[in-house]
Amino acid sequence: MTTENNASNIIEISELNKWYGDFHALKNINMNVKEGEIIVVCGPSGSGKSTLIRCVNFLEKFQEGGILVDGTELTDDAQKIRKIRSEVAMVFQHFNLFPHLSIVDNLTLAPIWVHNETKEESREKALKLLDRVGIKDQAEKYPNQLSGGQQQRVAIARSLCTTPKIMLFDEPTSALDPEMISEVLDVMVELAREGITMICVTHEMGFAKKVANRIIFMDEGQIVEENDPEQFFKNPESDRLKLFLKQILTH
Amino acid sequence: MAVNELQSTRKPPISQIGAVLWLRTNLFSSWINGFLTLASLYLLYIAIPPLLDWMFLSANFNFGTVNILGFDIKFSEVMADNDSCGREAACWPFIYEKLYMFIYGFYPREEVWRPDVFYGLTALLIVIVRLVRNYKYKNRVILSMIVTYPIVSYILIAGGFGLLPVVETHQWGGLLLTLIIASVGIIISFPIGVVLALGRQSDLRVIKLFSTLFIEFIRGVPLITILFMASFVLPLFLESGANFDKLLRALIGIALFQAAYFAEVVRGGLQAIPKGQYEAADSIGLSYFQKNVLIILPQALKISIPNIVGSSISLFKDTTLVLIIGLMDMLAMVNMTSQDIYWLGRETEGYVFVTMVFWVILYSMSRYSRKLEIRFNTENIN
Repeated sequence: MTTENNASNIIEISELNKWYGDFHALKNINMNVKEGEIIVVCGPSGSGKSTLIRCVNFLEKFQEGGILVDGTELTDDAQKIRKIRSEVAMVFQHFNLFPHLSIVDNLTLAPIWVHNETKEESREKALKLLDRVGIKDQAEKYPNQLSGGQQQRVAIARSLCTTPKIMLFDEPTSALDPEMISEVLDVMVELAREGITMICVTHEMGFAKKVANRIIFMDEGQIVEENDPEQFFKNPESDRLKLFLKQILTH
Repeated sequence: MAVNELQSTRKPPISQIGAVLWLRTNLFSSWINGFLTLASLYLLYIAIPPLLDWMFLSANFNFGTVNILGFDIKFSEVMADNDSCGREAACWPFIYEKLYMFIYGFYPREEVWRPDVFYGLTALLIVIVRLVRNYKYKNRVILSMIVTYPIVSYILIAGGFGLLPVVETHQWGGLLLTLIIASVGIIISFPIGVVLALGRQSDLRVIKLFSTLFIEFIRGVPLITILFMASFVLPLFLESGANFDKLLRALIGIALFQAAYFAEVVRGGLQAIPKGQYEAADSIGLSYFQKNVLIILPQALKISIPNIVGSSISLFKDTTLVLIIGLMDMLAMVNMTSQDIYWLGRETEGYVFVTMVFWVILYSMSRYSRKLEIRFNTENIN
């Protein structure tokens, strides 16, 4: 469990501690992710799960511990952070599309400006990705003309546009109307099957059962339990997880 | 119960629209509103007819024969002079006689084509910016115009470089000077303002402190003070103070002044951008510079358009203060021209004329900003 360099680990988090002011948000987090692994992180709100994945691409600074992403240590160094961010894509709860750019321009922004691709090739790639998430015909529209589900699929396509090795999902379906959740989950399932590494904060337990290699349960800033999906749901060990599962699965 | 057929849609009920209803809802909805309506009507009644009478009905329009675009239009046998005009109503021949002063100041008559071309270019620029909206290379066109326009204008007006005879800045005046001060002030101060706004939001303490101090210092001082400082104090610190152009000094003062105001306007726009936009820009790997130029500023500036234009309009009006340091802008020309012994005591006509010119320009700016807002709006379209 640790810092030794294991070739198959694409993310290594060791002894991670983070505070917001006096509030101890993450407590001694140790976690390794293998290449191609699908990990679902769940837990009650305020348990630190979003904070944890936001540390992985340095949207949040942490005070103690270390994170190694694809062999690069996360530090304050702006160059390194940009390198990591170009390999780690993130999908947000509220989509965060750029409202002043058309859908296709949202997708081509990073390839053009960060990866120095030409307009033509990035556009071609963007249209292919939009086709894959089923909204190619909306390419020239603006984000606010699309439904929530469509916007989230655009956001996924945008993060795929730079061909990342790792994808982080921060509650991608919790801002969506119920009838739009499945269209986003379908895209995510398909991605998972293609072998991209994913860390997914979500409460969609159906999704977790279907594709996750491991499920991590967090509470009060620490990892309480982790297990493969079958054992996770069948034989929860801690009382807190039992309670949590009871609360979210009884409906 | 189940409904298998959806109901057809229909139009909303036609409300009773009529003149009486309109009057009742808009002007006489209550006792107090009725009273205010009548009081306003009375005020208009005592103000408007005399004004119209002074400006048009009893006014003197004896311009003599005027050549407009090659046609001789005869208003009267001879042009009216100060005595034949009388004092009861406006004497517009005064404005006609002094029009050159109001528009060009002391610009040499034989070089007048140069300001004319400058006015024409300015109008052309405004038209082109409006027309190229769907043109493929519009960004390149607009950018190249923004770069070349000030250079061409400067060479035109000031001359020099072996191309045109030099016209010294003290010969510039009237509307020409007003436009130059306002547009140079706005164009120079805008980028400085944006940088200051970003500086004030910066994580770097020193930059933040400097920006905040600069903005708060300038905003805490009246423009007049800054003009005086730029005009009289600044030269004391400079070796070559004596031959440091007076207009240039005023322009530096005005640009710094306006930059502080733009900075606050832009900062307001920056604060309206959701945190998610910064995070999304960061997460796709954009640098600080790219993030601001590609994502944050386009949105922040768009939100700020009404305030940017509002602030620009204020500056345009504030340029009249330069008469205090001896620059002869359009307003200063009123005093200048009405001291002509042949036209003594015609300040009123001058002020009314200058007011109208200002109003036309500023109202157009305000309308133009409204059009820009609509054009850049991608957030609320269906």
